[in-house]
Amino acid sequence: MTHRFDSVQIVREGLKDVHYLADDGIAGVVFLADRLAKPVLVEGPAGTGKTQLAKSVADFLGARLIRLQCYEGLDESKALYEWNYKKQLLRIQADRKSDSWEDVHDDIFGEDFLLTRPLLEAITSEDPVVLLIDEVDRVEVETEALLLEILSEYQVSIPELGTIQAKQIPLVFLTSNNTRELSEALKRRCLFLHVDYPDMEREKEIVLTRVEGITENLADQIARIVRSIRQLDLKKAPSVSETIDWARTLVLLGIEHIEAEQAKETLHILLKYQTDIAKAAKELSIEK
Amino acid sequence: MLDLLSGFITELRNAGLPVSLTENLDAMEAIKHIPMEDRDAFKYALAATLVKNNSHWRSFETVFEVYFSLRGPEYAIDGEGNADEFWREMQEQQRQGEGNGGSGGMEGLSPEELMNILMKALMAGDQAMMRALARQAVQRFAGMEPGRPVGGTYYLYRTLRNLDLEAMLEKLMEISRQEVSGELTALEERLERDEHEDQIEKFKQEIEAEIRRRLVADRGVEAMAKTLRKPLPEDVEFMHASRDEMQSLKKALQPLTRKLAARLARKRRHGRKGPLDFRSTVRHSLSYGGVPADPQFKYPRPAKPELMVVADISGSVAAFARFTLMLVYAIQGQFSKVRSFVFIDGLDEVTEYFKNTEDISVAIHRVNTEADVIWVDGHSDYGHAFEVFWNKFGKEIGPKTTVLLLGDARNNYHASGSWVVKEMRQKARHVYWLNPEPKSYWNTGDSIVGEYGTFTDGVYECRNMRQLEAFVEKLA
Repeated sequence: MTHRFDSVQIVREGLKDVHYLADDGIAGVVFLADRLAKPVLVEGPAGTGKTQLAKSVADFLGARLIRLQCYEGLDESKALYEWNYKKQLLRIQADRKSDSWEDVHDDIFGEDFLLTRPLLEAITSEDPVVLLIDEVDRVEVETEALLLEILSEYQVSIPELGTIQAKQIPLVFLTSNNTRELSEALKRRCLFLHVDYPDMEREKEIVLTRVEGITENLADQIARIVRSIRQLDLKKAPSVSETIDWARTLVLLGIEHIEAEQAKETLHILLKYQTDIAKAAKELSIEK
Repeated sequence: MLDLLSGFITELRNAGLPVSLTENLDAMEAIKHIPMEDRDAFKYALAATLVKNNSHWRSFETVFEVYFSLRGPEYAIDGEGNADEFWREMQEQQRQGEGNGGSGGMEGLSPEELMNILMKALMAGDQAMMRALARQAVQRFAGMEPGRPVGGTYYLYRTLRNLDLEAMLEKLMEISRQEVSGELTALEERLERDEHEDQIEKFKQEIEAEIRRRLVADRGVEAMAKTLRKPLPEDVEFMHASRDEMQSLKKALQPLTRKLAARLARKRRHGRKGPLDFRSTVRHSLSYGGVPADPQFKYPRPAKPELMVVADISGSVAAFARFTLMLVYAIQGQFSKVRSFVFIDGLDEVTEYFKNTEDISVAIHRVNTEADVIWVDGHSDYGHAFEVFWNKFGKEIGPKTTVLLLGDARNNYHASGSWVVKEMRQKARHVYWLNPEPKSYWNTGDSIVGEYGTFTDGVYECRNMRQLEAFVEKLA
């Protein structure tokens, strides 16, 4: 099997080209995922770019992104495959006289009558794909078992048809917001990647690449303030996407250098709880 | 290499991390693709395959540092990591008066000059320089000798005392002020301070790493790993947690409560089926031509329990009480009503503190400072506290109420007042006792948990987060 990436460095630079700044950990795990042909389980606080990672990798590889959004009550027929019941009915009714029972029986459980859902689609696809299983912690523990076969063997077993093997091994990303403990079976099959808030340098870089028309000076100041805010004991620390929103706002307002007054007025973009805003304003002594 | 890795994995298991055989094999496979010289990449490769829970990351990191700290390009030691040689080399340097790693000739500097260089490095955030300085500082101040049976913290203390980083912070702030030639605004002042503190923190970590490296070279990997072994956050005992551990516990609390709340809500919804929903069944029967083939059931709405928490907050068990209160209030949505009382020898209701604020830690702080819990001498008196509770609030216990009693039941040989617990049990739905002491200590000395226990629905040992979590899940 040919590998997608030659080295960790290439992953890193490639992701940078599509405006995703990976640190050593992220790039290393993506590289390993390809080498070991294993899915990656991405966990971390909301808004740190977990989903974006999968999108960016797809972008970088020029692969198609197939996304399965998980929710409570997700089942086989929505995740894996479903028989096209109406089409089967039509087939039976269309030529009642000519076919023998055997023919019809074999025929209506053929691939023509199979509706592929994201997981099956990902492994039957001819061209390269990246499969994103988003917020996997939202499905029930029992439903997790649906994923196990595809994650470890890259195959799907359909009782009427047999086992469908992957034509190529897709890169798989699972994201989790950690609202519940995932089962050991699932964790064991995956590489684990914890994406945390970036350090100051990286956050500054991210702001610089994601926000147009921002000055280096302003980005630096933004990153510093956000770092200070994250050190406080808050209900919800500002995420990367909120930092970017804040930066965009400041650029739109035409602010070059943040003064206490402006920081106070725009703080609500960064923080979403009134108590948090009050606390941050007090701690950063921008409240007069 | 294989030996090293299997030793490493054994140590991880000893530290409490669940590493399965497949994960072990994955790790072996992974390191084939990552050169060991790239230490960071190597570390992440191992972490991705071996650590599947972020709260275990710190334990992993410690073990990793111990096992692999002698290996890496910047320390110029061959892959086999010959510890003896390393030590000798270090001695050599000491004698020759020659630091390495870019700090050539640093030995000859006076302490003042050294501090100046350090200040510049901190100012510029120069990592390589800081590392070199950390080595130099440890060499000079720690006074490490091979075979000396003292812990790493002792050396750390000695080094830091000589460096006086507190004063350094002030000096750095001074420079920042001069740079802008004038007063900093309050915001800038704060940002600069955070920046410098961050740099100093990094420098401290370098020193710690350096001391650890030398200790490993001296004592060998296994011995060192054993001394550094720390319990995972969920296994830290409330009663003996250090300040650092308390911090990490607090951090672990938030994701835990989120998980717990989600799980409880889910359990409530899926618990059991309600009675037949006639209207909905008829509606659904239309698609079967009027045959009620698909019976529909009403959404079950089990009543949420009402909770009364009565907690001992005297010194020995204060941390535990605080923690349980925090946890209970963080998931208070799962209860129809939560009331809380704290006592030492007097008793006070603190429900109000939690009601008026969104910030639990503020409320906890008020509990510690404002609650009126001292009656005579400020030594635990369960009997009196329970009596007061019964007289004032006893009538408010109803058949829906669950009462949680928290404490070690060390009553200083006062009257037990256990009749109160008995009466409570008659009126309340459940009465539980949570004890942060290990089971083997119960009923020793002045502990009379057994006497109370006979009147409750159960006494539970809650020494750590894991046990507390299991109990709360059972409760709601």
